Amino acid sequence: MDEVNSPLLIRKGAEANLYLADWHGRRVVLKKRLPKEYRHVTLDEQIRTYRTVHESQLMHEAKEAGVPTPKIFLIDVKNTTIIMEFIEGKQIKLLLNDLSEIERRNLCFGIGQLIAKLHKKGVIHGDLTTSNMIMNANGKVFFVDFGLGEKSEELEARGVDLHLMKRALESTHYQFAESCYKSVIDGYGSLLSSKELQNILEKIKEIERRGRYVAERRPQVSA
Amino acid sequence: MKDKTLKGCCLGIESTADDFSVGITTFDGKILANVIDAYVPPEGGIHPREAARHHSEVAAKVLEEAFTQSGKKPKDLSIISFSQGPGLGPCLRTGATVARALASYLEIPLVGVNHCIAHIEIGKLRTGAANPVTLYVSGGNTMVVAFEAGRYRVFGETLDIALGNCLDVFAREAGLHQKPGLPFGAVIEKLARDGKKLIPLPYTVKGMDLSLSGLLTAITALLEKGHYKLEDLCYSLQETAFSMVTEVTERALAHTEKKELLLTGGVAANKKLQSMIKAVADEHDARFDAVQTQFAIDNGAMIAWTGALAYTNGTVTPVEKSFVKLRWRVEEVEIPWMK
Repeated sequence: MDEVNSPLLIRKGAEANLYLADWHGRRVVLKKRLPKEYRHVTLDEQIRTYRTVHESQLMHEAKEAGVPTPKIFLIDVKNTTIIMEFIEGKQIKLLLNDLSEIERRNLCFGIGQLIAKLHKKGVIHGDLTTSNMIMNANGKVFFVDFGLGEKSEELEARGVDLHLMKRALESTHYQFAESCYKSVIDGYGSLLSSKELQNILEKIKEIERRGRYVAERRPQVSA
Repeated sequence: MKDKTLKGCCLGIESTADDFSVGITTFDGKILANVIDAYVPPEGGIHPREAARHHSEVAAKVLEEAFTQSGKKPKDLSIISFSQGPGLGPCLRTGATVARALASYLEIPLVGVNHCIAHIEIGKLRTGAANPVTLYVSGGNTMVVAFEAGRYRVFGETLDIALGNCLDVFAREAGLHQKPGLPFGAVIEKLARDGKKLIPLPYTVKGMDLSLSGLLTAITALLEKGHYKLEDLCYSLQETAFSMVTEVTERALAHTEKKELLLTGGVAANKKLQSMIKAVADEHDARFDAVQTQFAIDNGAMIAWTGALAYTNGTVTPVEKSFVKLRWRVEEVEIPWMK
């Protein structure tokens, strides 16, 4: 950690601060999970330590699955900090609105395929939003922020992951959330058998019915 | 027409769940009356039909009290608004029936209001917040909402049960008792103050959403085992559940970069939750406001005020289209009064 030079705060997230810094001649990102004043100290330490270790493991497994993630250089558990490669590029969140419909559809299709690759390897991202995906200059899409992720082969976990992607599209890209989500599912399904796809789609419906006040839950009763 | 609008009053009826309430406001946001009659079941949870029976029994009395409190007469009213959803069917229908009858008898417009949006609007009115991220936590709702592009959008919510519901069920399982003015949440809060030991419980945040059903199952199982003090269980339940809610709130605040944070709903009265949400607001240089309890719980004034806003912006609900909407989501409603 001592060798980190001139850290510059680039993003103050809800969970962690991101700093851009020099580290052994490389440009790196420091992801530091800071203590949360509102949380009980014990609970806070557990959560921050668990997520720091876990995130690094999941990023590594994602790479093995063929999903680009930043290289990890150092995990400092004591300071709940990860030093990782700086990906120069743009968040998908900022790109999506400026694309043509066909470009948007292709991008979302590709994102759906990346999610399928993760899931097939048993990696659940846990926070699939367009802020957590970065496209570099070569058009390669990187997934970041695996802090809420988990290892699971269960249909339930995969279904929730996709449901969260849909929710993120609805709250951030309401103008074309529907078509984006459809392309994500098309891409996701392109790497699955039709039976597997059908199972996951049914699971997502079931998850949505569990929510509060959703139209899917039961036919509308009126009076 | 415009003159009449500005001079008159709006009467709002709230009946989504266990409270029947009538509020009267002016069109410029003065609250003239807010009378709330809560249904407290003798045991167990709220049975929708029994709550609805309570509502129909107290409706006349509550209306009369609201008129007395406001010093207004039925002829002073310009519109009748009512909570059209989301909520429990029989309860909603009771309020809607009263609203339709009043509007038809007085021959004035009827305005259907979304209950969740009313919570946000009365919160803004009472605190002066203009464009906040709102955490709305009650027996039936747990959501983080903020305004984007013409509508209120849900940035985070429970994937299963509501926070207030989680606390209530635990309290009942623990054999605690509530009474008017001292709901289960307040009983748990009091016990939690004497708790010291943090018992490990499931902590489930998924993206901006959270899940409370696993936590409820786990703490109920621990309660049955009897190894822990009730005070420690209450303390751990609050610490864990509130941390989850606070985390998703912080995520929405960081994401939207808004500078106001509003806490409302029945659980907003909890001082521990208030202090946690305030810490998040401070961290992000946002202003924090907790809505006063009488306007944070289900109340008629919020329906009256939101009805006034909607009507001023051209919304009228014809009686034949005034059916209740049990699962009416906030994103479905356009908000022309916000720019």
